[in-house]
Amino acid sequence: MDNLTRRRFLTMSGATAAGALAVGATQVSWSDLMGAAVENPLQSEDSVLVVVTLYGGNDGLNTVVPAGDPEYQKARPDLAYEQNEVLDLGDGLGLNPGLKGLKGLWDDKALAIVRGVGYPQPDRSHFRSMAIWQTAAPKSPVPTGWLGRWLDATGADPLHAVSVEPTLPPLLAGATTAAASLPVRGLKLPSGKVGTAFAALGKPSPGEEHWQAQAAKSLGDLQNAVRVLGGAVHDQDERDDDEDEQKTKGASAGGGSQLGAQLDLVAGLVEAGVPTRAYSVSLGGFDTHADERGTQERLLAELDGALTPFVQRMRKSDRGRQVVVLVYSEFGRRVHANGSDGTDHGTAGPLFMLGDKVQGGFYGAQPSLTDLANGDLVATTDFRDVYGTVLRGVLGADGERILDGHTGNIDGLLKV
Amino acid sequence: MGEISERAAVRRLYDRFGFGPEPGAVDAGFDAAVVRLFGTAAEAGAPPPALTELPMAAKGDKEAKKAANKGRAGQELALATWWLDRMVAGERATERLTWFWHGHFATSSQKVRSPRSMLAQNQLFRANARGSFTELAHAMIVDAAMIRWLDANDNRKGSPNENLAREFLELFTLGIGQYTEVDVFEAARALTGWTVRRTSAEARFVPKRYDSDPKTIFGKTGDFDAKAFADLALAKPESAAFVVGRLWFRLVSPTPPSAQTLARLVAAYGSKRDIQAVLKAIVAEPAFRDTSSAMVKQPVEWAVGLMRALNVRPAKFDDKTRLKVLAGLRGMGQVPFRPPSVGGWPSGASWLTTSAGVARLQLAQLLVKQAQLEKLSVDGVRVLLGVDAWSARTKDALAGLTDPAQLTAVAACAPEYVVSG
Repeated sequence: MDNLTRRRFLTMSGATAAGALAVGATQVSWSDLMGAAVENPLQSEDSVLVVVTLYGGNDGLNTVVPAGDPEYQKARPDLAYEQNEVLDLGDGLGLNPGLKGLKGLWDDKALAIVRGVGYPQPDRSHFRSMAIWQTAAPKSPVPTGWLGRWLDATGADPLHAVSVEPTLPPLLAGATTAAASLPVRGLKLPSGKVGTAFAALGKPSPGEEHWQAQAAKSLGDLQNAVRVLGGAVHDQDERDDDEDEQKTKGASAGGGSQLGAQLDLVAGLVEAGVPTRAYSVSLGGFDTHADERGTQERLLAELDGALTPFVQRMRKSDRGRQVVVLVYSEFGRRVHANGSDGTDHGTAGPLFMLGDKVQGGFYGAQPSLTDLANGDLVATTDFRDVYGTVLRGVLGADGERILDGHTGNIDGLLKV
Repeated sequence: MGEISERAAVRRLYDRFGFGPEPGAVDAGFDAAVVRLFGTAAEAGAPPPALTELPMAAKGDKEAKKAANKGRAGQELALATWWLDRMVAGERATERLTWFWHGHFATSSQKVRSPRSMLAQNQLFRANARGSFTELAHAMIVDAAMIRWLDANDNRKGSPNENLAREFLELFTLGIGQYTEVDVFEAARALTGWTVRRTSAEARFVPKRYDSDPKTIFGKTGDFDAKAFADLALAKPESAAFVVGRLWFRLVSPTPPSAQTLARLVAAYGSKRDIQAVLKAIVAEPAFRDTSSAMVKQPVEWAVGLMRALNVRPAKFDDKTRLKVLAGLRGMGQVPFRPPSVGGWPSGASWLTTSAGVARLQLAQLLVKQAQLEKLSVDGVRVLLGVDAWSARTKDALAGLTDPAQLTAVAACAPEYVVSG
C-alpha cells in the first residue's frame, strides 16, 4: 500500500502514534543508561529538555486567568475566577489557585509563560490536534514526532530521548529511531529454572516474523533492566489512585497519572548523569466538558505538586540546572462556558517553560477576548516558535531542518 | 509474503474470532471452525452478576464516600470477572466481537462510575455483536454509559455539549476529516434531550431539554433527532469503509486491506450494515491467510486464550485470585471496562514493554496454578497452547523445565504465543 493510504488508515484508526507504531519502542535497560552514564556522562553544560504533555485539552483561560477582564467574566459567569481568587502575575492576569508552587517559581523568575500558543487552522479533535503538536506538522499528517526527527538527526541513538510512560508517545518516534522507554514501577523476575528459561526466550531467532522478533527483543531488554535495577530501586507498591468523581470528570481523552513519580524517575536519571537529553512525561484528565472548576483546579494542583519540587530539586545540582521543562496541551477550550459548567474543545492556550535556564516572565501577546474566530481565541504565537527556540537553545540542534523550514523563535526566552 | 498452513489458518481463525483454540480444536479443520465460530444459535452463558443500586454518599461524608467507593470496586470486580469468564467459555465469535465493540465505542468505568450502566452497555454490544451496525449505532448514541462518559447529560437546548457528537463522527462512524465543525455543532443540538439520572442506569428522553429547531448536518436541513443524526452519519459513503477498516485493523492486520479487498468487504457490509457478513467475507480473503498478517495479542486476548487452553474458569477463582488476575492485566496495560481514552486501546509494539513482560510472566504463573496439569513435554505444551511450532530458541529455553506448571507459564510468555502468527 502506498504511504498516503497507510497514513490515512492510521489517522482514521485513531492511532496518533503512527510513527511510534511503525518503528516500535526501544526498551532501553538501566544497564545501558547507567553504563552510558559512566562511559559518556552528560556534560554539565549539556542542557536537558523535559516535555510534560497534558492530555485532554487544558483550559488556558482558567489556567492563566484574565480575571479582571469583564469580557472573561461575561463569557463564563459560573466558571470564571474572581480577581481575588487568582494568584496575581501582573498584566491583568493571574494563575489558577491550584498553581501555588508555580507562583513561587514565577516570583523567582524561573517560570516563563508563553501566551496564546497554537497553530494555523485549529482542529478540535483531541487525536488530530495532539498529533499536530507532537509531530509539529499542522498541514498534513507525518509519521514522525518532532523530537523523533531530532533523534534521527543526532546519530540515531535511542538513549538520547527517554519516555517515562507505559507506551511511547508519537513525539519521540523518528523515521529510523524511536526513543527508549522506561517504566516507573519496579521490575522483579523469578530466579532459578523459571528465570533462566524466561531469560532464554529473549534471544533472537533467525528469520523470525517481525512482531515475534519484537516480542523476543523486549524480553531481552527486560533482562538487562532487571539485572542492574535488581528490582529494588523503584520497586514501589502500586499506589491507589485517589479516583473520585471530581478527578475523573475529564478523563475521556487519555494521558498518564502520578506525574510526581514520573518526574522523580527523571530527576534520578539526570542526577546520575545519564546522557539522555530529552524526556517525556504526561498527565491526563483535562477534557473538562462539565463541572470544570473543581476538576481542573485539582489537576492543576497535581501538576503544581509534581513540577514545583522537581524544578527545585533540579536547581540544586550542576546537571539539574541545565534542565528546561516545557508544559503544553493539545488545545485550549472555548471562551464561552457550555452550559454544563464546562467548556468544549477550543484553540490557543498558554504554554509553560520552567527551569534555571529560563528567563521568567510573559512572552507572546494575550489573545483578545473580543476578536474571536468562531467563538475561539486566535493564536498569537506559533507553537513551532517554541519548538525552534528549544531545539536551538536546549538541544543545540538545527531547528529549521527539524521543523520543515520553520524559522520562528521566541527571543529572550532562554538565558544565553 | 507467503501463505500460512491449513492448520495455522484454523488456529488463526480461533485467535482472531474467538479467544484462541482449546486443546484439540484445530484438528477439526477450517470449515468446522467457521461453522462453529459463526453459528447463530445463541449461547446461554453465565448470567451477569446482580448489581444493586449503589448508595449515594452525602457531600462531605467521608465514611459514606469510602463505603460507596468500596461497593463500586466490588461491583467492578464482579463484572469484569463475569465477562472474562464468558470470554473463556464462549464457543462463538460473539464474545470476541463484544470485546471488539467495547474497544470501538471505548467507554471507561473510570468516569462512568456506574457498573450497572457498564453492564447494560456490554449487553448491547453482545446483542448486536454480529448484527447490524445500524442497530448498534442507534443503541450507542443514546446509551446511558456513553452519555455519562461523553458528557451528553449536560447537552441540552440552548447549551449544547459537543463531546459525544464529535467522537461519534470521528471515532465511531466516519473518521477524522469527513465532517465539519458546523456538522459537530449541529449534531450536538440533534443529541439534546437525552439524559441519565444520577441514580439510574437508563437513559431517558426529556422533551423540554430537546432542541427541536431545524439543524443543518452534512448540508441537509431538517428536524434531526439522535437517531436521524446517526442515520445521516451512517449514510455517508465513507462510513462503510471506516467501520470495515476498524474491524480489519483489530481482527486481521495493522496493514490496511487492499482496495479490492476493501471493496469486497464493503459490498458484504451492504445497506443492512451486516457485521456477520463482513466477518465471513474477511475469512474468505486471501490476505487472511497471509504470513504477514501477524498481530501482537492484546493482554486480555492473551490471558483469556491461556485460560481456555488451561481449562480454567474465572468464575471459579476465589476473590483474592480474581483481584490478582485484574492486577496482572493492569500491569500489562489493559483492564476490561477501563480503556485509556475514547480512542480505545493501542496496538502492536505498545504492548511489548519491559513492565508488561514482567506482569505477563506473573499472571501466567498465577493462572497455571489454577489448572490441573499432567506431565508435559515441550511439544506437549505447544499442543496445549495451540502454537503452530516452536523456534529452536524457544525449544532450548523450555528444555530445562520439567515441572508442568513452570513449563506452561514460561511457554505462555514465548514470542510464538504472545503474538498471533
